[in-house]
Amino acid sequence: MTLEELEQIASEARAAKEKSPCELNVCVAAGCLSLHSDAIKAALEKEVQSKGANCRVRGTGCMGLCSLGPLVSSEPEGVLLKKVAESDAAEIVANLDQGTPERLRCSKEQPFFQRQTSIVLENSGRVDPEKIEEYIAAEGYQALVQALTETTPAQIVQEVSKSGLRGRGGAGYPTGLKWGTVAKTGGATKYVICNADEGDPGAFMDRSVLESDPHRVLEGMLIAGYAVGASHGYIYVRAEYPLAIKRLGTAIRESRRLGFLGSQICNTKFSFDIEIRIGGGAFVCGEETALIASIEGRRGTPRPRPPFPAQSGLWDMPTLINNVETYANIPTILRRGGEWYASLGSKKSKGTKVFALCGKVKNVGLIEVPMGMTLRQIIFEIGGGVPEGRTFKAVQTGGPSGGCIPEQFLDLPVDYESLKEVGSIMGSGGMIVMDDSACMVNVARYFMEFCMSESCGKCIPCRAGTAQMFELLTRMTDGTATPHDLELLEELCEMVSSTSLCGLGQSAPNPVISTLRYFRDEYTEHIVQKRCRAGVCECGSVAEVSA
Amino acid sequence: MPTSLKKPPLPSDDKRWRIVNGTMRRHGFARDALIETLHTVQEYFGYLDKPALKFVAESLRVPLSQAYGVATFYHYFTLKPPGKHTCLVCLGTACYIKGASQLLAAAEQSLNIKAGETTIDGNVSLVSARCIGSCSMAPALIFDGETAANVTEPVLRGKLEGWKD
Repeated sequence: MTLEELEQIASEARAAKEKSPCELNVCVAAGCLSLHSDAIKAALEKEVQSKGANCRVRGTGCMGLCSLGPLVSSEPEGVLLKKVAESDAAEIVANLDQGTPERLRCSKEQPFFQRQTSIVLENSGRVDPEKIEEYIAAEGYQALVQALTETTPAQIVQEVSKSGLRGRGGAGYPTGLKWGTVAKTGGATKYVICNADEGDPGAFMDRSVLESDPHRVLEGMLIAGYAVGASHGYIYVRAEYPLAIKRLGTAIRESRRLGFLGSQICNTKFSFDIEIRIGGGAFVCGEETALIASIEGRRGTPRPRPPFPAQSGLWDMPTLINNVETYANIPTILRRGGEWYASLGSKKSKGTKVFALCGKVKNVGLIEVPMGMTLRQIIFEIGGGVPEGRTFKAVQTGGPSGGCIPEQFLDLPVDYESLKEVGSIMGSGGMIVMDDSACMVNVARYFMEFCMSESCGKCIPCRAGTAQMFELLTRMTDGTATPHDLELLEELCEMVSSTSLCGLGQSAPNPVISTLRYFRDEYTEHIVQKRCRAGVCECGSVAEVSA
Repeated sequence: MPTSLKKPPLPSDDKRWRIVNGTMRRHGFARDALIETLHTVQEYFGYLDKPALKFVAESLRVPLSQAYGVATFYHYFTLKPPGKHTCLVCLGTACYIKGASQLLAAAEQSLNIKAGETTIDGNVSLVSARCIGSCSMAPALIFDGETAANVTEPVLRGKLEGWKD
């Protein structure tokens, strides 16, 4: 494959599009699919056929505003249709020329769409995730072909470093630095791993990227493989994401067919292949050394670092391990340049971040915004605020390793450092909004239960500490705790976070620490007055607000 | 490593064992294919029983203790046969905030079993999940593999009622 051949495929795909510009794009990503968008697609296809309309019906990825699904977009006008039902098919197809039915229209002028900047999600909802040609038409694989034929691996690492991209899995380690380390480590065999074990409850960014634009992740991994000198890649996906696994499988087959995967890619010496490994539903496998153990077919228990995977990872070989979203950024960075990417975002956190906005917020869905946007802009402008006349209480980021951020910090710019300062973390990108019907002690207990049952049991602070903390929090929520229990809880938080082996244990106390920091009143109310102001816990007396 | 070691015979003439064998062959009977193979067994048989674990362990030359360890470590694997129907309640944060624990309690009450159990008649299994990634449709449940969005208690009870008889 040369750049000319690539351009040939792209122009053929574009020509097909120009021939029949009228398109009905039905979202067939998990969100809309569970609302039976596949049936809507079939109904539209049938209708188009019976009416003989000159219109193509396509299945595309996520369009973002999941709470108004199933979504259909009508091209070339670019009209978005919300809450479409099978029975609407006839009306939609009949009105293709005069414009789509008013009652189904969803404005794209609203802040939800206007305030976003798409890099990772630029193709989501636009290309058919099961057709490689459409990805190519959207400039896909261009970065790869250019990288292989025109640049050296060192130049790529340099470009990625220049972009300032940091690991999107949560910890925010500079990607360029990581690539550089693996590239410099000697060894004939190296591996590239894509961490798609999106275990944080309340996060579905990676799922959506894999379902909507899988080739972007493959291209990112291929470029990474070339840059660090690896010839084999693994994608570790959760078993809970069957659709993502299926689409990835299709993408890998298609990619092999066109020679992007395999040996001597683009007539160069570079060979690379990718294999899917399916996870077993263990949260700890998001930790890199545990994930590696799992790919090796063992129980997913972490090991102490160093040595880091960059030096000794999968089968003791140098291994590059990045998150889905990190790889998804790479093709665009190479196409548009590291400097361009670095011009987006805040001082220390460059580029954009995809968030899964959910919980008690009006516009639930997937968003991508430049780093440094404030929480208020994200939740109240893009998210449309808290529905049903309730008031905002806190936003939870970073899953079980993160914390709850209260109202006073709503004007905080979202980046790796600022979130850490207020006791939370960026995490993989779940953002769960809570209103006054949420009890913070109960939320802390919920996350502790999660960490307790997800602890792999290898080190004692995590295995026993989380269980003890859960016990203490349970006493608080059922009204049997004493003030001494609170002291003990704080002591345990300190002990577990400083002595656990891996990130899971080290961060397990975070939800408790952050809620204690901002909502200490609620803890004392539960312990002393045996009262839950949100009315969630049954700790004795009458609730003030009913849920 | 000697490659001439004899592979154990298939546990029965059930055709599904050949599919399981196929997965192992595709991975060259390498030990790291353990999890992949167990996925195949569970996909086709619904659960991992003793003969299955023994067969896979012997075929891949891993100790039975390791196969058992892996099978019990990962939540996705189950050693008990599932019911005819499965009701999965997502307990991810978004679902939890929107009342998933009340839904689970309602399901437990309606079926008279706890999460992770199967009704005595083997009709319904009730499972809870950490997060199925359908946060935009919270609370979300999966009835027999089909995701249901914004589930309410009456809908849940109605569905479970419909599975009876």
